[in-house]
Amino acid sequence: MKLFKKVVSVAAASAMAVSLLSGCGSSAPSDTYKIGSIGPATGGGAAYGTCVKNSIQIAVDEINQAGGINGKKIEYKFEDDELNAEKAVNAYNSLKDWGMQFLLGTVTSASSIAVSEKTKEDNMFQLTPSGSAADCVKYENVFRVCFSDPNQGIASADYIADNGLATKIGIIYDSSDVYSSGIYQKFAEEAALKGLEIVSAEAFNADNKTDFSVHIQKAKDNGAELVFLPIYYQEASLVLSQAATMDYSPKFFGCDGLDGLTAVKNFDESLAEGVMLLTPFAADATDDLTVNFVTKYKEQFGEVPNQFGADAYDAVYAVKAAIEKEGITPDMSVSDICEKMKKGMTEIEVAGLTGTITWDASGEPTKEPKAVVIENGSYKSMQ
Amino acid sequence: MTMKKIQDKYITYGMVVIAYVLCEILMRTGIMSSHIKGLLVPMCYYAIVAVGLNLCVGILGELSLGHAGFMCVGAYTSALFSFAMEDVIPTVPRFIMALIIGVAFSTLFGFLIGIPVLRLKGDYLAIVTLAFGEIIKNIFNAVYLGIDDAGLHISLKDMSSMGMDPSGKILINGAQGITGTPSDANFTIAAFLLLASLFVVQNLINSRDGRAIMAIRDNRIAAESNGINITKYKMFAFTISAAIAGTAGVLFSHNISTLTATSQYFGYNASILILVYVVLGGIGNIRGSVIAAVILYLLPELLRGLSDYRMLIYSIVLIVMMLFNWAPKAREFREKHFAFLNKRKEAR
Repeated sequence: MKLFKKVVSVAAASAMAVSLLSGCGSSAPSDTYKIGSIGPATGGGAAYGTCVKNSIQIAVDEINQAGGINGKKIEYKFEDDELNAEKAVNAYNSLKDWGMQFLLGTVTSASSIAVSEKTKEDNMFQLTPSGSAADCVKYENVFRVCFSDPNQGIASADYIADNGLATKIGIIYDSSDVYSSGIYQKFAEEAALKGLEIVSAEAFNADNKTDFSVHIQKAKDNGAELVFLPIYYQEASLVLSQAATMDYSPKFFGCDGLDGLTAVKNFDESLAEGVMLLTPFAADATDDLTVNFVTKYKEQFGEVPNQFGADAYDAVYAVKAAIEKEGITPDMSVSDICEKMKKGMTEIEVAGLTGTITWDASGEPTKEPKAVVIENGSYKSMQ
Repeated sequence: MTMKKIQDKYITYGMVVIAYVLCEILMRTGIMSSHIKGLLVPMCYYAIVAVGLNLCVGILGELSLGHAGFMCVGAYTSALFSFAMEDVIPTVPRFIMALIIGVAFSTLFGFLIGIPVLRLKGDYLAIVTLAFGEIIKNIFNAVYLGIDDAGLHISLKDMSSMGMDPSGKILINGAQGITGTPSDANFTIAAFLLLASLFVVQNLINSRDGRAIMAIRDNRIAAESNGINITKYKMFAFTISAAIAGTAGVLFSHNISTLTATSQYFGYNASILILVYVVLGGIGNIRGSVIAAVILYLLPELLRGLSDYRMLIYSIVLIVMMLFNWAPKAREFREKHFAFLNKRKEAR
């Protein structure tokens, strides 16, 4: 038994040693731009990670077919992080071994923050498509495409107040979710400044997100005219159906997490009528860019992309624009590229799927939030 | 203590030391890829927590599904300290103090939770530890803690209800946890702490107390009739086990800069993952736990080349390894066909 185990462990150890060595690739100056991305391709957030992965692929293919950037092609690799910050750092290290020069990631906030510690150390350029927590872009080398959570909260409160949608607000949010509680905090602060009255603010958490009757009842009892839902669409669909059974029909207002609401299975779409949301991207918009992207995505992957994908698609074009602006070539060192990108990003303007975007040195994007209302099962811009 | 036992103990230390030296050489010479470099510290803390859990499951004989909770306590308390004191105390003493605080708090929690829990046994104990682990996780998830000139502010509701001065520093931001813990942990510290926990556990097993603990595991009534204080020894082993899990937590929170009490790190899934390390390595076999933790942590990372099929293959490998190691038929098969390898054991 003993010796046998020894044999097995020696075998395992040598296998490991071999893999250690094989992990070390040659890092000769390449002739292609190497873009890496990290996100959850398995586990809880797989829908978001997969969409980002596929959308970047579409953008990269488009650019390569059109002759690349300054005649140089792009190589692209995506690594799974299982929605886990620890694994995201591992994925980052593995991409670094591959020779990554630009990181378009990570998809989720917590992972993005953890990885940004490492990219800062290596001075690697990082552009997160959808890491929305405030801390994601605290370092100079990190930029993002999506709105930050605080910005969404402020924009929502401003929108509601400025357009006189309601004065008594009920809120249902997910206290265990960074995205949701981040929006809620800023919304509450801004609402107070704008003279909106928050009559109920009820939280649920990830372990307990199927029954919302208590939350809805509270909003109803306190006379909320508008219920703000800074949550994801799966839970929102439950809130809407449960509110309907309780004969409560206030206005509902949400953020980009509600994108996807009309596609929920076994959900009575008529309940979503009149729901308002702030989202940078609507898959059924009719502009050429969106139509092109959505058609390609459907052809290749058989699904309708969500706003995470749209942000990722724009991220690739932002990188392309900055490379062209600064004349970056693939043989530069990672650190030199990062320095140039930092400058380039603040000078470009990208007309993308999520609007016309510009960046400042803080890494935050400037673009117009679009408010849409769901009518006849599709989005209609609100004025 | 027999010669064999002593020898056995030193094989474990030797294994860790050799692995450490080998990794250091590979790192210094630049042969090791940065991917593997990043895995070294996580491998160490999972090995540490597996050793801690093995003390509880293998030596004490009580199944705990709450060890990720103790890890969470160690991680949060130490990270909180390091984060709050980042600009006040230099790195080395700060990390040592953080380590002491993390271990002290997880010991305290282990003790407090041990009082009600250790009255139960078997499945009941497993379920209650699971519940406590979840409670710990959920509490950390709900807490908001900030500091400003007026002192500490705490809230279980939301950030605005703390009434903080805008110039204050948010320490724990609810579900968003602690962001920006200094990365003080490195492979040397991790390997040292692994050796230290091995030292504690192996010496405990071979001591008078350890024999008493194992006597309780083997036959509670017989142990009691021999005058062994059951409650005392159970508490003793459980608390040490929690303290070791806390050590792993300290390393965890000082290795990556974002700490959130989400279920993938500290939920029951994580506890079960640790239990898998222990079971696969062999219940009661300390060295096995270390090896299993290292291999099982490495495996999904080494399988990255398979991209989409990675987690599927990982699960299959896990099942195969489990069967190969423990299924009666597989053991029979092994004994039959690899009998020549077993001669040594019979000769003993």
